[in-house]
Amino acid sequence: MGGGDRSGIALRGVIMESTSAQGQLFALVDVNNFYVSCERVFNPVLENRPVVVLSNNDGCAIARSNEVKTLGVKMGTPWFQMEALAKQHNIVALSSNYALYADMSNRVVSILRDYSPDVEVYSIDESFLGLDGLESLWPSFDVMGQSVRQRVRQWTGLPVCVGIGPSKTLAKLANHVAKKNSSFNGVCDLASMPLPEMDALMAGIEVGEVWGVGHRIQAHLHAVGIRTVRDLRDTPPPWLRSRFGVVMERTGSELRGISCLALEEVAPPKKEIVSSRSFGHLVHDLQSVGEAVAGHASSAAEKLRTQGGVCNAVLVFIQTNRFREQDPQYGGSIVIPLPNASADTRLLVRAALFGLKQVYRGGYAYKKAGVMLMAIGEARVAQGSLLTAHGADERSKRLMQVMDALNTRYGRNTVSVFSSSAPKPWAMRREKMSPCYTTRWSDLPVARAC
Amino acid sequence: MANVLPLPAHDAPLPLLQKASISAPLCRLPLLLHRISAGFPSPADEYAESALDLNTYLIRNKVSTFFFRVIGDSMTGANIHDGDLLVVDRSIEPKHGHIVLAVINNDYTVKRLYRHDGVIELHAENPAYPPIHFQEHDELQVWGVVIGAVSRFAV
Repeated sequence: MGGGDRSGIALRGVIMESTSAQGQLFALVDVNNFYVSCERVFNPVLENRPVVVLSNNDGCAIARSNEVKTLGVKMGTPWFQMEALAKQHNIVALSSNYALYADMSNRVVSILRDYSPDVEVYSIDESFLGLDGLESLWPSFDVMGQSVRQRVRQWTGLPVCVGIGPSKTLAKLANHVAKKNSSFNGVCDLASMPLPEMDALMAGIEVGEVWGVGHRIQAHLHAVGIRTVRDLRDTPPPWLRSRFGVVMERTGSELRGISCLALEEVAPPKKEIVSSRSFGHLVHDLQSVGEAVAGHASSAAEKLRTQGGVCNAVLVFIQTNRFREQDPQYGGSIVIPLPNASADTRLLVRAALFGLKQVYRGGYAYKKAGVMLMAIGEARVAQGSLLTAHGADERSKRLMQVMDALNTRYGRNTVSVFSSSAPKPWAMRREKMSPCYTTRWSDLPVARAC
Repeated sequence: MANVLPLPAHDAPLPLLQKASISAPLCRLPLLLHRISAGFPSPADEYAESALDLNTYLIRNKVSTFFFRVIGDSMTGANIHDGDLLVVDRSIEPKHGHIVLAVINNDYTVKRLYRHDGVIELHAENPAYPPIHFQEHDELQVWGVVIGAVSRFAV
């Protein structure tokens, strides 16, 4: 890295170089207003109406339709605070239906796997695609993006936006641009955008929109005069490093088009916790992969409890070694919804192993397995309910406290869970929940022949 | 002498099959590929090699296929009865003659699509129900194409 005297021209040189020389290219595909969009697929009444989806126990808004966003309702607004507004504007409030969202998420990921062999499921509604080596398949990646959009919409009913860029941070930014500016028609390819246009675009976006720049860092950046994405991109990385640390330096480099974050090398977003690792040697049998997955679920659950959270869905993924080209390749992932938000290792391990059984295929040599806890919310005191909450009651809380205390005192894995029993039929307890349209025979949507 | 025969091939051309990465609930029927002779037990029972999965018979594209429950009798002429389960594939482009799931007045309606000489109609398969006409500027929203119906009988 050069000194602090890099001119804008030189920076652009870096961008050009990295896109053409290294050829790294990523796409981020993100479902618009995911939870609300899932509900709309099966309930036409919700089309063009303001809709919010509420968190566990119908607490606060965790997903908003565009109509609700226009009304000024912020993410996380407690339901009781917007009830008056809801009455006035006929806002439909729904409880979160993770069985539905997980099924729809899995469908979208299946479609994306037909577009790229390298898919990193980043959250329940976002995936990164590696595009290296795929350029000959498409006249341009904009065309590919439109194809993804069209196919996901047609096959699942869900609207998505596609952002493309030479780094994951730029792909994420491109996605933001595609979402906010209707002129892009849902697809923004920053990698092929003329530089003056890119400069103007970046100068018009708040620095807080950059992946990894949270509220607090944003305030610090403002204090030193970095207000837009372009400001941040044009700040010399060594300076960023000295002032904000190595993560911000990396973000700066990524904005210049130098890819620092590989696929899978996930810096987990606040809403997800990832635990994964490559096996020391290739692993073949379900039993061994299962042990690893159970271990990952346990350590992720521990992290979850440390931050006082509960999660609503568990993703499990397995992957063969894609660098051993002589071996047959396979990668699979699935999201398993939980019956209720929980941080209980027993429930999370059970869900992860249940998922593993769905995606595991015999006859492959697996290199990597992992677990991601999704749709994380704050742990709340369990509220009175006729149905038993699974892994969310007082007993569970106390057990987990004892387990964590033992492991802290006597070392990791002094007490651990390995359960391979199938999950019990799970009961939901949410008042305004839509039916589980795609996962329960009794909840199928109705087709009228009358 | 009883033969268990393989099922005949589909008579309609199938659209591109998608990679099936998520298993729907399986319904396995073992298919015996050898003759079962009456009289003495076959020594080849372990030859039961493949299992038939009704999902693969009914579903071409798992990712885009959804199930609906039928209410009403307007499609009995097409052998779709009250209480049946409809298999709906969103990835198929609706054409004249297809049975489709359409959105009418915020409800999902199953009808046969009639599209000929600029006329678009939805036809019931029961004379008691008149067709639904669409004017030039009306919009017909087809949710998906019905590719099968499943009945269960009380036994």
